[in-house]
Amino acid sequence: MTRKVALILIIAVLFLPFLPLVVWSVAKGWYFPQLVPQQWTGAHWAAVVAPGSRVLQGFWQSLVVAGLSTALALAVGLPAGRALGLMEFPGKGAIKLVLLLPIIVSPLATLMGIQFVLIRLGLNGTLAGVVLVHLLPTIPYMTLVLSSVYANFDTGYEAQARSLGASPIQVLWRVTLPLVAPGIVVGALFAFLISWNEFLLTFFVGGGQVLTLPMILFTALQGGNTGLTAAIAVTSVIPALIFLLFSSRALHDDAAMGGLGDV
Amino acid sequence: MNSIQPLTSSRRSARLADIPWRAYLLVLPALSLVLLLFGGGLGLAFLQSVGLLGLTSDGSLSLAAYGEALGDSQFWRSLGLSLYIAFTATALSTVLSVGLAMLLQGAGRWASFACQLTLPIPHLVGIAGVLLLLSPSGLIARLLYALGWISSDQDFPLLVNDTANIGVMIHFLWKEIPFMTLILLAVLRSIRPEFAMQARALGANPWQCFWHVTLPLLRPGIISASLIVFGFIFGNFEVPFLLGSTYPKTLPTLVYQAFTNVDLNQRPVAIALGLLLSVISMVLIALYLGLGSGQPCRRSFGGQP
Repeated sequence: MTRKVALILIIAVLFLPFLPLVVWSVAKGWYFPQLVPQQWTGAHWAAVVAPGSRVLQGFWQSLVVAGLSTALALAVGLPAGRALGLMEFPGKGAIKLVLLLPIIVSPLATLMGIQFVLIRLGLNGTLAGVVLVHLLPTIPYMTLVLSSVYANFDTGYEAQARSLGASPIQVLWRVTLPLVAPGIVVGALFAFLISWNEFLLTFFVGGGQVLTLPMILFTALQGGNTGLTAAIAVTSVIPALIFLLFSSRALHDDAAMGGLGDV
Repeated sequence: MNSIQPLTSSRRSARLADIPWRAYLLVLPALSLVLLLFGGGLGLAFLQSVGLLGLTSDGSLSLAAYGEALGDSQFWRSLGLSLYIAFTATALSTVLSVGLAMLLQGAGRWASFACQLTLPIPHLVGIAGVLLLLSPSGLIARLLYALGWISSDQDFPLLVNDTANIGVMIHFLWKEIPFMTLILLAVLRSIRPEFAMQARALGANPWQCFWHVTLPLLRPGIISASLIVFGFIFGNFEVPFLLGSTYPKTLPTLVYQAFTNVDLNQRPVAIALGLLLSVISMVLIALYLGLGSGQPCRRSFGGQP
Protein backbone atom coordinates (compact mmCIF):
# COMPACT_ATOMS: atom_id res chain seq x y z
CA MET A 1 0.00 0.00 0.00
CA THR A 2 2.73 2.47 0.99
CA ARG A 3 4.53 1.43 -2.17
CA LYS A 4 1.53 2.37 -4.24
CA VAL A 5 1.18 5.76 -2.54
CA ALA A 6 4.89 6.45 -3.01
CA LEU A 7 4.65 5.56 -6.70
CA ILE A 8 1.61 7.76 -7.26
CA LEU A 9 3.43 10.67 -5.58
CA ILE A 10 6.52 10.16 -7.75
CA ILE A 11 4.42 10.01 -10.90
CA ALA A 12 2.56 13.17 -9.85
CA VAL A 13 5.89 15.01 -9.42
CA LEU A 14 7.03 13.79 -12.86
CA PHE A 15 3.82 15.20 -14.36
CA LEU A 16 4.06 18.51 -12.51
CA PRO A 17 6.15 20.56 -15.00
CA PHE A 18 3.58 19.91 -17.74
CA LEU A 19 0.80 21.53 -15.74
CA PRO A 20 1.91 25.20 -16.03
CA LEU A 21 2.85 24.61 -19.69
CA VAL A 22 -0.63 23.46 -20.65
CA VAL A 23 -2.36 26.20 -18.63
CA TRP A 24 -0.08 28.97 -19.91
CA SER A 25 -0.71 27.94 -23.52
CA VAL A 26 -4.39 28.96 -23.16
CA ALA A 27 -4.06 31.71 -20.52
CA LYS A 28 -4.30 35.44 -21.09
CA GLY A 29 -2.24 37.69 -18.82
CA TRP A 30 -1.81 35.19 -15.99
CA TYR A 31 -0.18 37.47 -13.40
CA PHE A 32 1.20 36.61 -9.97
CA PRO A 33 -0.41 35.76 -7.56
CA GLN A 34 -3.39 34.39 -9.53
CA LEU A 35 -3.51 30.65 -8.99
CA VAL A 36 -5.86 30.19 -11.94
CA PRO A 37 -5.89 32.53 -14.97
CA GLN A 38 -8.73 35.07 -14.93
CA GLN A 39 -9.02 35.08 -18.72
CA TRP A 40 -8.51 32.40 -21.33
CA THR A 41 -7.43 32.74 -24.93
CA GLY A 42 -6.84 30.65 -28.02
CA ALA A 43 -4.49 33.27 -29.49
CA HIS A 44 -1.27 31.38 -28.73
CA TRP A 45 -2.51 28.26 -30.47
CA ALA A 46 -3.88 30.33 -33.36
CA ALA A 47 -0.37 31.78 -33.76
CA VAL A 48 1.13 28.30 -33.75
CA VAL A 49 -1.13 26.85 -36.44
CA ALA A 50 -1.44 30.00 -38.58
CA PRO A 51 -0.44 29.18 -42.19
CA GLY A 52 3.24 29.85 -42.71
CA SER A 53 3.97 30.34 -39.01
CA ARG A 54 7.56 29.78 -37.89
CA VAL A 55 6.38 27.07 -35.54
CA LEU A 56 4.70 25.08 -38.32
CA GLN A 57 7.75 25.49 -40.54
CA GLY A 58 9.92 24.31 -37.66
CA PHE A 59 7.63 21.34 -37.16
CA TRP A 60 8.08 20.25 -40.80
CA GLN A 61 11.84 20.87 -40.75
CA SER A 62 12.13 18.77 -37.60
CA LEU A 63 10.04 16.05 -39.22
CA VAL A 64 12.24 15.95 -42.34
CA VAL A 65 15.52 16.01 -40.40
CA ALA A 66 14.42 13.35 -37.90
CA GLY A 67 12.86 11.17 -40.61
CA LEU A 68 15.96 11.23 -42.82
CA SER A 69 18.48 10.68 -40.04
CA THR A 70 16.39 7.82 -38.65
CA ALA A 71 16.22 6.15 -42.07
CA LEU A 72 19.98 6.49 -42.58
CA ALA A 73 20.74 5.28 -39.06
CA LEU A 74 18.46 2.30 -39.61
CA ALA A 75 20.19 1.41 -42.88
CA VAL A 76 23.62 1.14 -41.22
CA GLY A 77 22.33 0.12 -37.79
CA LEU A 78 20.55 -3.04 -38.93
CA PRO A 79 23.64 -4.87 -40.19
CA ALA A 80 25.83 -3.55 -37.38
CA GLY A 81 23.24 -4.51 -34.78
CA ARG A 82 23.12 -8.01 -36.16
CA ALA A 83 26.89 -8.43 -35.98
CA LEU A 84 27.13 -6.99 -32.46
CA GLY A 85 24.12 -8.91 -31.20
CA LEU A 86 24.68 -12.33 -32.73
CA MET A 87 28.36 -12.75 -33.50
CA GLU A 88 31.48 -13.00 -31.40
CA PHE A 89 34.59 -11.47 -32.90
CA PRO A 90 37.80 -9.85 -31.69
CA GLY A 91 37.47 -6.12 -31.16
CA LYS A 92 33.73 -6.23 -30.46
CA GLY A 93 34.13 -4.47 -27.12
CA ALA A 94 36.27 -1.77 -28.69
CA ILE A 95 33.74 -1.24 -31.46
CA LYS A 96 30.95 -0.86 -28.90
CA LEU A 97 33.05 1.69 -27.04
CA VAL A 98 33.73 3.68 -30.23
CA LEU A 99 29.99 3.69 -30.96
CA LEU A 100 29.37 4.93 -27.44
CA LEU A 101 31.84 7.82 -27.59
CA PRO A 102 29.58 10.23 -29.53
CA ILE A 103 26.88 9.64 -26.92
CA ILE A 104 28.98 10.28 -23.83
CA VAL A 105 31.63 12.75 -24.97
CA SER A 106 30.64 16.38 -25.46
CA PRO A 107 30.09 16.95 -29.19
CA LEU A 108 31.12 20.63 -29.16
CA ALA A 109 34.67 20.28 -30.48
CA THR A 110 33.59 17.64 -33.02
CA LEU A 111 30.85 19.96 -34.24
CA MET A 112 33.21 22.85 -34.83
CA GLY A 113 35.53 20.50 -36.72
CA ILE A 114 32.72 19.16 -38.89
CA GLN A 115 31.42 22.66 -39.48
CA PHE A 116 34.77 23.59 -41.05
CA VAL A 117 34.23 20.92 -43.73
CA LEU A 118 30.54 21.70 -44.14
CA ILE A 119 31.38 25.32 -44.89
CA ARG A 120 33.88 24.21 -47.58
CA LEU A 121 31.27 21.85 -49.05
CA GLY A 122 28.58 24.51 -48.96
CA LEU A 123 26.54 22.34 -46.59
CA ASN A 124 26.68 24.57 -43.53
CA GLY A 125 23.19 25.84 -42.75
CA THR A 126 21.52 23.25 -45.00
CA LEU A 127 19.18 20.41 -44.15
CA ALA A 128 21.69 17.89 -45.54
CA GLY A 129 24.41 19.14 -43.20
CA VAL A 130 22.09 18.97 -40.19
CA VAL A 131 20.93 15.44 -41.10
CA LEU A 132 24.56 14.33 -41.41
CA VAL A 133 25.44 15.68 -37.98
CA HIS A 134 22.32 14.14 -36.44
CA LEU A 135 23.77 10.75 -37.39
CA LEU A 136 26.32 11.23 -34.57
CA PRO A 137 23.87 10.32 -31.81
CA THR A 138 21.29 8.36 -33.86
CA ILE A 139 23.62 5.69 -35.28
CA PRO A 140 25.03 4.68 -31.86
CA TYR A 141 21.63 4.53 -30.16
CA MET A 142 20.08 2.66 -33.07
CA THR A 143 22.94 0.15 -33.26
CA LEU A 144 22.98 -0.53 -29.52
CA VAL A 145 19.21 -1.01 -29.34
CA LEU A 146 19.22 -3.28 -32.42
CA SER A 147 22.20 -5.30 -31.16
CA SER A 148 20.19 -6.10 -28.08
CA VAL A 149 17.16 -6.99 -30.21
CA TYR A 150 19.29 -9.36 -32.29
CA ALA A 151 20.83 -10.90 -29.16
CA ASN A 152 17.38 -12.36 -28.46
CA PHE A 153 16.89 -13.51 -32.05
CA ASP A 154 16.99 -17.22 -32.81
CA THR A 155 18.94 -17.83 -36.02
CA GLY A 156 17.39 -21.30 -36.17
CA TYR A 157 14.43 -19.82 -38.05
CA GLU A 158 16.74 -18.60 -40.79
CA ALA A 159 18.51 -21.94 -41.03
CA GLN A 160 15.14 -23.67 -41.25
CA ALA A 161 13.98 -21.37 -44.07
CA ARG A 162 17.24 -21.84 -45.97
CA SER A 163 17.07 -25.61 -45.64
CA LEU A 164 13.57 -25.44 -47.11
CA GLY A 165 15.03 -23.71 -50.16
CA ALA A 166 14.47 -20.00 -49.49
CA SER A 167 16.88 -17.59 -51.14
CA PRO A 168 18.88 -15.20 -48.91
CA ILE A 169 16.58 -12.34 -49.92
CA GLN A 170 13.50 -14.39 -49.13
CA VAL A 171 14.97 -15.32 -45.76
CA LEU A 172 15.68 -11.67 -44.96
CA TRP A 173 12.31 -10.41 -46.18
CA ARG A 174 9.98 -13.15 -44.99
CA VAL A 175 11.72 -14.52 -41.89
CA THR A 176 14.30 -12.20 -40.33
CA LEU A 177 12.67 -8.79 -40.78
CA PRO A 178 9.20 -9.83 -39.56
CA LEU A 179 10.78 -11.40 -36.47
CA VAL A 180 12.88 -8.36 -35.52
CA ALA A 181 10.23 -5.82 -36.64
CA PRO A 182 9.02 -4.87 -33.13
CA GLY A 183 12.59 -4.16 -32.06
CA ILE A 184 13.18 -2.16 -35.24
CA VAL A 185 10.12 -0.03 -34.47
CA VAL A 186 11.44 0.79 -31.00
CA GLY A 187 14.92 1.54 -32.32
CA ALA A 188 13.51 3.76 -35.07
CA LEU A 189 11.21 5.65 -32.69
CA PHE A 190 14.11 6.09 -30.30
CA ALA A 191 16.39 7.49 -33.02
CA PHE A 192 13.60 9.69 -34.36
CA LEU A 193 13.02 11.22 -30.92
CA ILE A 194 16.73 11.79 -30.32
CA SER A 195 16.93 13.70 -33.57
CA TRP A 196 13.61 15.49 -32.95
CA ASN A 197 14.73 16.66 -29.50
CA GLU A 198 18.25 17.61 -30.57
CA PHE A 199 19.11 21.23 -30.04
CA LEU A 200 22.87 21.68 -29.80
CA LEU A 201 23.85 19.89 -33.03
CA THR A 202 21.33 21.86 -35.11
CA PHE A 203 22.33 25.06 -33.37
CA PHE A 204 26.01 24.68 -34.32
CA VAL A 205 25.75 23.53 -37.94
CA GLY A 206 22.31 24.93 -38.83
CA GLY A 207 23.84 28.39 -39.20
CA GLY A 208 20.57 29.98 -38.06
CA GLN A 209 18.95 28.82 -41.30
CA VAL A 210 17.75 25.34 -40.38
CA LEU A 211 15.16 26.25 -37.77
CA THR A 212 13.90 23.01 -36.32
CA LEU A 213 11.31 23.09 -33.56
CA PRO A 214 13.89 23.06 -30.72
CA MET A 215 15.56 26.10 -32.31
CA ILE A 216 12.20 27.94 -32.38
CA LEU A 217 11.55 26.94 -28.76
CA PHE A 218 15.03 28.08 -27.67
CA THR A 219 14.46 31.49 -29.25
CA ALA A 220 10.99 31.73 -27.68
CA LEU A 221 12.40 30.82 -24.25
CA GLN A 222 14.73 33.81 -24.42
CA GLY A 223 11.89 36.12 -25.46
CA GLY A 224 9.07 37.36 -23.29
CA ASN A 225 5.91 35.74 -24.68
CA THR A 226 5.22 33.04 -22.09
CA GLY A 227 1.91 31.92 -23.60
CA LEU A 228 3.37 31.35 -27.06
CA THR A 229 6.45 29.64 -25.57
CA ALA A 230 4.18 27.25 -23.68
CA ALA A 231 2.18 26.47 -26.84
CA ILE A 232 5.41 25.75 -28.77
CA ALA A 233 6.62 23.52 -25.92
CA VAL A 234 3.37 21.55 -25.95
CA THR A 235 3.65 21.20 -29.75
CA SER A 236 7.18 19.80 -29.34
CA VAL A 237 5.84 16.99 -27.18
CA ILE A 238 3.49 15.55 -29.82
CA PRO A 239 5.94 12.96 -31.26
CA ALA A 240 6.92 11.97 -27.73
CA LEU A 241 3.28 11.17 -26.96
CA ILE A 242 3.02 9.09 -30.12
CA PHE A 243 6.23 7.34 -29.07
CA LEU A 244 4.78 6.53 -25.65
CA LEU A 245 1.60 5.15 -27.23
CA PHE A 246 3.53 2.91 -29.60
CA SER A 247 6.17 1.85 -27.16
CA SER A 248 3.99 1.18 -24.13
CA ARG A 249 4.13 -2.46 -25.11
CA ALA A 250 7.53 -2.55 -26.73
CA LEU A 251 9.39 -0.68 -23.99
CA HIS A 252 8.17 -3.29 -21.61
CA ASP A 253 9.91 -5.82 -23.77
CA ASP A 254 13.26 -5.34 -22.11
CA ALA A 255 15.21 -6.66 -25.05
CA ALA A 256 15.32 -3.23 -26.64
CA MET A 257 16.36 -1.13 -23.66
CA GLY A 258 18.68 -3.77 -22.23
CA GLY A 259 21.13 -2.76 -24.95
CA LEU A 260 21.88 0.48 -23.13
CA GLY A 261 22.46 -1.27 -19.81
CA ASP A 262 25.18 -3.31 -21.36
CA VAL A 263 27.50 -0.79 -22.94
CA MET B 1 39.24 -29.57 -58.32
CA ASN B 2 42.21 -28.35 -56.38
CA SER B 3 42.26 -31.03 -53.77
CA ILE B 4 46.02 -30.92 -53.54
CA GLN B 5 47.26 -27.60 -52.27
CA PRO B 6 50.60 -26.48 -50.97
CA LEU B 7 50.57 -26.72 -47.20
CA THR B 8 51.47 -23.08 -46.60
CA SER B 9 48.66 -21.76 -48.76
CA SER B 10 46.01 -23.90 -47.12
CA ARG B 11 47.25 -22.89 -43.72
CA ARG B 12 47.06 -19.24 -44.73
CA SER B 13 43.57 -19.63 -46.13
CA ALA B 14 42.50 -21.40 -42.97
CA ARG B 15 43.84 -18.50 -40.94
CA LEU B 16 42.04 -16.01 -43.19
CA ALA B 17 38.85 -18.01 -42.90
CA ASP B 18 39.14 -17.82 -39.11
CA ILE B 19 38.75 -14.07 -39.25
CA PRO B 20 35.02 -13.29 -39.05
CA TRP B 21 34.99 -11.09 -42.14
CA ARG B 22 31.23 -11.13 -42.29
CA ALA B 23 30.89 -9.57 -38.85
CA TYR B 24 33.37 -6.81 -39.70
CA LEU B 25 31.64 -6.18 -43.01
CA LEU B 26 28.28 -5.82 -41.27
CA VAL B 27 29.67 -3.34 -38.72
CA LEU B 28 31.67 -1.40 -41.29
CA PRO B 29 29.07 1.12 -42.55
CA ALA B 30 27.95 2.20 -39.07
CA LEU B 31 31.47 2.20 -37.65
CA SER B 32 33.04 4.11 -40.51
CA LEU B 33 30.32 6.77 -40.46
CA VAL B 34 30.75 7.30 -36.71
CA LEU B 35 34.56 7.28 -37.03
CA LEU B 36 34.42 9.71 -39.94
CA LEU B 37 32.05 12.13 -38.22
CA PHE B 38 33.35 11.88 -34.67
CA GLY B 39 37.04 11.15 -35.28
CA GLY B 40 37.22 13.38 -38.36
CA GLY B 41 35.47 16.19 -36.54
CA LEU B 42 37.82 15.92 -33.57
CA GLY B 43 40.87 15.83 -35.86
CA LEU B 44 39.79 18.92 -37.78
CA ALA B 45 38.96 20.66 -34.54
CA PHE B 46 42.45 19.91 -33.25
CA LEU B 47 44.10 21.26 -36.41
CA GLN B 48 42.09 24.46 -36.08
CA SER B 49 42.87 24.82 -32.39
CA VAL B 50 46.63 24.74 -33.02
CA GLY B 51 46.40 27.17 -35.91
CA LEU B 52 47.24 24.74 -38.73
CA LEU B 53 43.81 25.22 -40.26
CA GLY B 54 41.21 27.90 -40.01
CA LEU B 55 39.53 31.02 -41.26
CA THR B 56 41.96 33.47 -39.72
CA SER B 57 45.03 31.27 -39.31
CA ASP B 58 48.25 31.78 -41.24
CA GLY B 59 48.91 28.04 -41.20
CA SER B 60 51.68 28.01 -38.60
CA LEU B 61 51.62 25.92 -35.45
CA SER B 62 50.56 27.92 -32.42
CA LEU B 63 49.34 27.06 -28.96
CA ALA B 64 48.06 30.58 -28.36
CA ALA B 65 44.42 29.43 -28.29
CA TYR B 66 45.16 26.97 -25.47
CA GLY B 67 47.14 29.61 -23.63
CA GLU B 68 44.25 32.02 -23.86
CA ALA B 69 41.69 29.36 -22.87
CA LEU B 70 43.66 28.08 -19.87
CA GLY B 71 44.98 31.48 -18.82
CA ASP B 72 41.47 32.80 -18.29
CA SER B 73 40.50 32.44 -14.64
CA GLN B 74 36.93 31.91 -15.81
CA PHE B 75 37.96 28.56 -17.29
CA TRP B 76 38.81 27.03 -13.91
CA ARG B 77 35.66 28.37 -12.25
CA SER B 78 33.59 27.02 -15.14
CA LEU B 79 35.31 23.64 -14.98
CA GLY B 80 34.55 23.49 -11.26
CA LEU B 81 30.92 24.37 -11.85
CA SER B 82 30.50 21.83 -14.68
CA LEU B 83 32.07 19.08 -12.55
CA TYR B 84 29.92 20.02 -9.55
CA ILE B 85 26.70 19.90 -11.59
CA ALA B 86 27.59 16.66 -13.40
CA PHE B 87 28.80 14.79 -10.30
CA THR B 88 25.95 15.89 -8.04
CA ALA B 89 23.18 15.31 -10.58
CA THR B 90 24.60 11.91 -11.65
CA ALA B 91 25.09 10.69 -8.08
CA LEU B 92 21.60 11.75 -7.01
CA SER B 93 19.98 10.28 -10.15
CA THR B 94 21.85 6.99 -9.69
CA VAL B 95 20.80 6.50 -6.06
CA LEU B 96 17.21 7.55 -6.71
CA SER B 97 16.97 5.43 -9.87
CA VAL B 98 18.11 2.29 -8.06
CA GLY B 99 15.44 2.99 -5.46
CA LEU B 100 12.77 3.66 -8.07
CA ALA B 101 13.69 0.57 -10.07
CA MET B 102 13.40 -1.59 -6.92
CA LEU B 103 10.06 0.06 -6.16
CA LEU B 104 8.80 -0.53 -9.69
CA GLN B 105 9.99 -4.11 -9.95
CA GLY B 106 7.02 -5.52 -8.13
CA ALA B 107 4.55 -2.87 -9.23
CA GLY B 108 2.17 -3.11 -12.15
CA ARG B 109 2.88 -2.19 -15.76
CA TRP B 110 1.00 1.10 -15.44
CA ALA B 111 3.54 2.35 -12.90
CA SER B 112 6.66 1.56 -14.92
CA PHE B 113 4.97 3.08 -17.95
CA ALA B 114 4.05 6.29 -16.12
CA CYS B 115 7.55 6.63 -14.67
CA GLN B 116 8.99 6.65 -18.17
CA LEU B 117 6.89 9.65 -19.05
CA THR B 118 9.70 12.20 -19.13
CA LEU B 119 12.03 9.97 -21.16
CA PRO B 120 11.00 11.14 -24.66
CA ILE B 121 10.35 14.79 -23.70
CA PRO B 122 12.77 17.35 -25.21
CA HIS B 123 15.07 19.02 -22.68
CA LEU B 124 13.88 22.45 -23.78
CA VAL B 125 10.28 21.54 -22.89
CA GLY B 126 11.45 20.40 -19.46
CA ILE B 127 13.32 23.69 -19.06
CA ALA B 128 10.18 25.65 -19.94
CA GLY B 129 8.15 23.59 -17.47
CA VAL B 130 10.69 23.98 -14.65
CA LEU B 131 10.87 27.74 -15.26
CA LEU B 132 7.08 28.17 -15.09
CA LEU B 133 6.93 25.93 -12.03
CA LEU B 134 9.84 27.11 -9.89
CA SER B 135 10.51 30.73 -10.80
CA PRO B 136 9.59 33.39 -8.17
CA SER B 137 6.29 34.00 -9.99
CA GLY B 138 5.85 30.33 -10.91
CA LEU B 139 3.05 27.95 -10.08
CA ILE B 140 4.54 26.71 -6.80
CA ALA B 141 5.09 30.27 -5.56
CA ARG B 142 1.44 31.05 -6.44
CA LEU B 143 0.31 27.96 -4.57
CA LEU B 144 2.32 28.94 -1.47
CA TYR B 145 0.88 32.46 -1.70
CA ALA B 146 -2.65 31.09 -1.93
CA LEU B 147 -1.93 28.97 1.15
CA GLY B 148 -0.64 32.08 2.91
CA TRP B 149 2.89 30.72 3.39
CA ILE B 150 4.52 33.62 1.55
CA SER B 151 3.28 37.20 1.29
CA SER B 152 4.93 38.15 -2.01
CA ASP B 153 7.04 36.61 -4.77
CA GLN B 154 10.07 38.12 -3.01
CA ASP B 155 9.66 35.56 -0.20
CA PHE B 156 9.98 32.60 -2.53
CA PRO B 157 13.51 31.12 -2.57
CA LEU B 158 15.40 31.59 -5.83
CA LEU B 159 15.42 28.17 -7.51
CA VAL B 160 16.15 29.11 -11.14
CA ASN B 161 19.24 30.99 -12.33
CA ASP B 162 20.45 30.61 -8.72
CA THR B 163 24.09 30.33 -7.67
CA ALA B 164 23.61 26.77 -6.33
CA ASN B 165 22.05 25.68 -9.65
CA ILE B 166 19.16 23.97 -7.89
CA GLY B 167 16.88 24.44 -10.90
CA VAL B 168 19.47 22.72 -13.13
CA MET B 169 19.69 19.79 -10.70
CA ILE B 170 15.91 19.46 -10.49
CA HIS B 171 15.62 19.45 -14.27
CA PHE B 172 18.34 16.81 -14.72
CA LEU B 173 16.86 14.61 -11.99
CA TRP B 174 13.42 14.92 -13.56
CA LYS B 175 14.79 13.91 -16.95
CA GLU B 176 17.52 11.39 -16.12
CA ILE B 177 15.92 9.35 -13.32
CA PRO B 178 13.34 7.83 -15.71
CA PHE B 179 16.14 7.11 -18.24
CA MET B 180 18.32 5.32 -15.69
CA THR B 181 15.35 3.55 -14.13
CA LEU B 182 14.33 2.14 -17.49
CA ILE B 183 17.81 0.69 -18.06
CA LEU B 184 18.06 -0.63 -14.49
CA LEU B 185 14.59 -2.20 -14.69
CA ALA B 186 15.62 -4.07 -17.82
CA VAL B 187 18.69 -5.37 -15.98
CA LEU B 188 16.69 -6.17 -12.83
CA ARG B 189 14.17 -8.23 -14.76
CA SER B 190 17.00 -10.26 -16.26
CA ILE B 191 18.32 -11.24 -12.83
CA ARG B 192 17.03 -14.66 -11.89
CA PRO B 193 14.76 -14.41 -8.85
CA GLU B 194 16.26 -17.67 -7.54
CA PHE B 195 19.34 -15.80 -6.26
CA ALA B 196 17.29 -13.57 -4.00
CA MET B 197 15.07 -16.46 -2.91
CA GLN B 198 18.13 -18.51 -2.08
CA ALA B 199 19.59 -15.66 -0.03
CA ARG B 200 16.32 -15.20 1.84
CA ALA B 201 16.04 -18.95 2.43
CA LEU B 202 19.53 -18.87 3.95
CA GLY B 203 18.38 -16.21 6.41
CA ALA B 204 19.34 -12.89 4.80
CA ASN B 205 17.05 -10.00 5.67
CA PRO B 206 15.66 -7.91 2.78
CA TRP B 207 18.37 -5.27 3.21
CA GLN B 208 21.20 -7.86 3.19
CA CYS B 209 19.57 -9.49 0.20
CA PHE B 210 19.53 -6.15 -1.66
CA TRP B 211 23.04 -5.13 -0.61
CA HIS B 212 24.84 -8.47 -1.15
CA VAL B 213 22.83 -10.04 -3.97
CA THR B 214 20.81 -7.60 -6.05
CA LEU B 215 23.15 -4.59 -6.02
CA PRO B 216 26.27 -6.50 -7.18
CA LEU B 217 24.23 -8.02 -10.00
CA LEU B 218 22.94 -4.55 -10.92
CA ARG B 219 26.42 -3.05 -10.94
CA PRO B 220 27.18 -3.32 -14.68
CA GLY B 221 23.85 -1.67 -15.48
CA ILE B 222 24.47 1.07 -12.92
CA ILE B 223 27.92 1.75 -14.36
CA SER B 224 26.71 2.00 -17.97
CA ALA B 225 23.69 4.11 -17.13
CA SER B 226 25.53 6.55 -14.87
CA LEU B 227 28.31 6.83 -17.44
CA ILE B 228 25.89 7.90 -20.17
CA VAL B 229 24.15 10.33 -17.82
CA PHE B 230 27.41 11.85 -16.51
CA GLY B 231 28.79 12.36 -20.01
CA PHE B 232 25.55 13.90 -21.14
CA ILE B 233 25.16 16.33 -18.23
CA PHE B 234 28.83 17.37 -18.33
CA GLY B 235 28.53 18.35 -21.99
CA ASN B 236 25.01 19.77 -21.91
CA PHE B 237 24.64 23.38 -22.96
CA GLU B 238 21.01 24.45 -22.96
CA VAL B 239 19.97 23.39 -19.44
CA PRO B 240 22.59 25.34 -17.43
CA PHE B 241 22.45 28.14 -20.01
CA LEU B 242 18.73 28.72 -19.48
CA LEU B 243 18.22 27.48 -15.90
CA GLY B 244 21.62 27.89 -14.28
CA SER B 245 23.61 30.59 -12.55
CA THR B 246 24.59 33.60 -14.63
CA TYR B 247 28.07 33.57 -13.10
CA PRO B 248 30.09 31.39 -13.17
CA LYS B 249 29.02 29.74 -16.41
CA THR B 250 29.48 26.09 -17.33
CA LEU B 251 32.21 25.04 -19.79
CA PRO B 252 29.82 24.44 -22.72
CA THR B 253 28.45 27.96 -22.22
CA LEU B 254 32.01 29.35 -22.40
CA VAL B 255 32.49 27.46 -25.68
CA TYR B 256 29.22 28.88 -27.00
CA GLN B 257 30.24 32.43 -26.09
CA ALA B 258 33.62 32.15 -27.79
CA PHE B 259 31.98 30.44 -30.80
CA THR B 260 29.38 33.17 -31.31
CA ASN B 261 31.86 36.00 -30.68
CA VAL B 262 31.96 38.44 -33.59
CA ASP B 263 35.76 38.42 -33.35
CA LEU B 264 36.74 35.49 -35.56
CA ASN B 265 40.06 35.25 -33.71
CA GLN B 266 38.04 33.83 -30.83
CA ARG B 267 37.11 30.79 -32.95
CA PRO B 268 40.33 28.83 -32.20
CA VAL B 269 39.79 29.59 -28.49
CA ALA B 270 36.26 28.19 -28.72
CA ILE B 271 37.62 25.05 -30.38
CA ALA B 272 40.43 24.70 -27.84
CA LEU B 273 37.87 24.98 -25.03
CA GLY B 274 35.66 22.40 -26.75
CA LEU B 275 38.57 19.99 -27.11
CA LEU B 276 39.56 20.47 -23.46
CA LEU B 277 35.96 19.65 -22.57
CA SER B 278 36.08 16.47 -24.68
CA VAL B 279 39.44 15.40 -23.26
CA ILE B 280 38.32 16.00 -19.67
CA SER B 281 35.17 13.94 -20.16
CA MET B 282 37.13 11.12 -21.84
CA VAL B 283 39.66 11.04 -18.98
CA LEU B 284 36.89 11.04 -16.37
CA ILE B 285 35.07 8.25 -18.19
CA ALA B 286 38.25 6.18 -18.46
CA LEU B 287 38.95 6.72 -14.75
CA TYR B 288 35.41 5.74 -13.87
CA LEU B 289 35.54 2.60 -15.99
CA GLY B 290 38.94 1.70 -14.55
CA LEU B 291 37.70 2.12 -10.99
CA GLY B 292 34.25 0.73 -11.67
CA SER B 293 34.57 -2.61 -13.34
CA GLY B 294 37.58 -2.93 -15.59
CA GLN B 295 35.48 -4.69 -18.18
CA PRO B 296 33.02 -2.13 -19.44
CA CYS B 297 32.41 -3.51 -22.86
CA ARG B 298 32.24 -7.20 -22.09
CA ARG B 299 28.73 -8.57 -22.30
CA SER B 300 28.33 -9.11 -18.62
CA PHE B 301 25.97 -11.30 -16.73
CA GLY B 302 23.93 -8.48 -15.25
CA GLY B 303 23.54 -6.79 -18.60
CA GLN B 304 22.11 -9.79 -20.37
CA PRO B 305 18.65 -8.68 -21.47
